[in-house]
Amino acid sequence: MSASAGTGVAGGVATPARPLRRNYARRYAGFIVPAAVVVVAVIVFPWVFTLYMSVHDWKIGGARSYVGLENYITLFSDERFGWAVLRTLWFTLLAVVAPMVLGVLAAVCFHRKFPLRGVARTIFILPMMATPVAVALVWTMMFHPQLGVLNWILTSLGLPPSAWVYDASTVIPTLVLVETWHWTPLVMLIVLGGLASLPTDPYEAAKIDGANGWQAFRHITLPLLMPFIVVSLIIRTIDALKAFDTIFVITQGGPGTASETINILLYLQAFAFYQMGYASAIVVVFFAIIILLALALLWTRSRARIA
Amino acid sequence: MRKFKRIASQAGFGFAVLMLISPAILVFLWMISLSLKNEVDNMAFPPVFVPDPPTLANFAEVFARNDFLTYTLNSIITSFGATALAIAVGVPAGYGIAKMRATRAAVLILIARITPGLSYLIPLFLLFQWLGLTGTLTPIVVTHLVITVPIVVWVMIGFFEGLPGELEEAALVDGATIWQAFRHVALPLSRPGITVATILSFIFSWNNFIFAVVLAGRETRTLPVAVYNVLTFEQVSWGPLAAAALLVTAPVLLLTLIAQKEIVTGLTAGGVKGG
Repeated sequence: MSASAGTGVAGGVATPARPLRRNYARRYAGFIVPAAVVVVAVIVFPWVFTLYMSVHDWKIGGARSYVGLENYITLFSDERFGWAVLRTLWFTLLAVVAPMVLGVLAAVCFHRKFPLRGVARTIFILPMMATPVAVALVWTMMFHPQLGVLNWILTSLGLPPSAWVYDASTVIPTLVLVETWHWTPLVMLIVLGGLASLPTDPYEAAKIDGANGWQAFRHITLPLLMPFIVVSLIIRTIDALKAFDTIFVITQGGPGTASETINILLYLQAFAFYQMGYASAIVVVFFAIIILLALALLWTRSRARIA
Repeated sequence: MRKFKRIASQAGFGFAVLMLISPAILVFLWMISLSLKNEVDNMAFPPVFVPDPPTLANFAEVFARNDFLTYTLNSIITSFGATALAIAVGVPAGYGIAKMRATRAAVLILIARITPGLSYLIPLFLLFQWLGLTGTLTPIVVTHLVITVPIVVWVMIGFFEGLPGELEEAALVDGATIWQAFRHVALPLSRPGITVATILSFIFSWNNFIFAVVLAGRETRTLPVAVYNVLTFEQVSWGPLAAAALLVTAPVLLLTLIAQKEIVTGLTAGGVKGG
């Protein structure tokens, strides 16, 4: 937002001397060349090559042949892929809503001044920086149905024990719990940054008008925070769609295929079954889903701004 | 009455904060507790919370496995290598993009950020096979550039856009080349930005699992892959496993504690995250 505004201002000032300005800018191209080489080699080349592979029957160690859209046709009639898509969307929905709600709440809490705030905030941020695989191992031990500490906590509170990741009906919510634990801090940080940038005048006016705390939050804070909430919503959605480490380490898609998301299926097709062509087609469709969801969220954001 | 209400609301607020941080405390303390207890206590139900007496035997067992130090070295080489390379190419690129206002280049970086890590792996895996590089650390360092370069470029664009341009313009007027203006004026001023970029890209490279799990051979595993393999392929008791997990994540947690301010600045600005 601010970047485009900045460009607009500079463009306006520089209009009379535009050719000169362009030329001036081009001199800086040299700075970008090394990074551009790296980006083309490790980022752009894989994109293009994936597209190329997705229209081939490509197995490691086997023959390869051009098959047109056959991989995509197989993919769309593959029931396992269909379930993986639905599962991914279900997981994403839960793993977006829970961290968003908790993250906004936490940001509001950490915006207030209280003793030991710095310490509490540091502890709250730690999960985001912790190595996902290492933490996933500890979660696995905590989820143990007989010896796990979580079932001990549940039964001490008088609640029935859960099968956690060992039952098809509870595995997705349990993985969402881990994802929420990891990424709520990121939502909190972005929204906290938003809170810090809010103006104070509307609150004083509202106070004079006799608004209570909730009304002020609902009618002033929340609308002003919207841009930040939407940014964190987009980031969270993309990250939830891409979730891999914790699911792979804790369940590997199991029990059965109950937690097999697109990413897990993709891994299996590519690096367990070595169906590189088919896996590439999954990548392309997966990427399309991510882009579509991100664009849909951006679109609601621009609509919200007009309203 | 009013005083009572205020105390009650403060107590409620304190309780809310406690609820917010308790999941983090629970998991980390449980990790430490598991790593310091003997096997009997780890398998006890109801669980034993405080190790009595605490034992370092689990850590000793981890280090006794001759390959743990190799994997640590692999992780160090990979994360430092990928971060150093990313800083070398990413800082000038961030500068160039900020100066040229090249929004299209910035969008490319954004798309790189939203692409799932696995989609890079299929082509790169085949490429490294053809080049005969599998079984060395090179493919792992190179693929980690997928994470570190976008982080560095993204942080540095934001940083250089925030720097006032007058000093460099003064240098240019005095006859400096743009390279000299960058090297002697902008670069020294950008040290805080470089610090943020270095810390973030190091952490996300260190934590990365997906690239090494596919590309690493027995000798070239990074730490996250090594602990994962311990979990799946060998029946290892909980104590050494928790100790290994703690050792893997301790460096980044310590770094977070030391450099909290820089990390918060970097993450708030761009919402960067690797993988």
